[in-house]
Amino acid sequence: MPEIVYPQDKGDSVRVNLGNPYLAALLAWLIPGLGHLYQRRFAKGLLFLVCILSTYFVGLGLGHGRVVYASNRPNDFRWQYAFQIGVGAVTFPAIIQTFKTKDGGDPLWVLCERFPDDYQTEGLRFQQIPDDFTGQRPAKPFKDGFMAPPAGKADPAHMDTLGRWHFDYKHFFEMGTLYTMVAGLLNLLAIYDAFCGPAIITPDQRERMESKKRKQIHD
Amino acid sequence: MINLLMAIPALSTSLIGAANFVSLLPNLIALTPRLYYAAPLVVVISLVYGATRHETLSEIVGHAFRSIVWVVGFMAIILGVIWAAGFLM
Repeated sequence: MPEIVYPQDKGDSVRVNLGNPYLAALLAWLIPGLGHLYQRRFAKGLLFLVCILSTYFVGLGLGHGRVVYASNRPNDFRWQYAFQIGVGAVTFPAIIQTFKTKDGGDPLWVLCERFPDDYQTEGLRFQQIPDDFTGQRPAKPFKDGFMAPPAGKADPAHMDTLGRWHFDYKHFFEMGTLYTMVAGLLNLLAIYDAFCGPAIITPDQRERMESKKRKQIHD
Repeated sequence: MINLLMAIPALSTSLIGAANFVSLLPNLIALTPRLYYAAPLVVVISLVYGATRHETLSEIVGHAFRSIVWVVGFMAIILGVIWAAGFLM
């Protein structure tokens, strides 16, 4: 790929070598900033890496590791994951967890256990099982996994695991979802930048835009 | 100064209104801590957007700063409109 040269009003022209733009875009998707580092655009690469990954991990932390999950079950279509996957490889554990828990299996990286929906004491259903719980332990507790879909059936009419997450983590769950989605969307901009270069307005383009504006005002 | 303001009712009303609004801001922010979550997002979005428009770090930071001012100003206008609507109701 030849070097792209952006002439400037004053000072030296800006030169950008995109290398193989397809490879750069792929790398930029897998790890934010990696495509730019491959193109030897180190400052921007580090900026994207720090900004996007910190936003993603802060969001994941706010949501207690539960806000990024992939699910296409009845009543639980996690459309937010379509945005979150923009951050790349760090969202892949969600796909692994989905396959792992598909047929009622236990997730990897268990965060906590919950009383299942058929537990004898109705008031305890879906609540976390404390470590020092001395009562009748459920035979098959629900397990919250890191980036795993909520255990049990999704039922919007009644309490379910997702409802319990919202109840337990309050607005942190929403904020975590928002942060991780924004991180994914921001990485789309970074991928575009790695593929096409920056959208710098050159003096020629500026002149064309201004003359077009003048013409519109004149007409 | 107060006498002077009282002599110009329209100006004094608007200044007192503005002062009331400014004095309400800390309470408003304290009452809505969720607003704090917007700050990192505004900074990060501005930096990343600036980085897609420029190549050098100084230009990126300059563009990001202008974006932050624009976004915060826009949010302040919306806040003002909501506050005024609440005041009128």
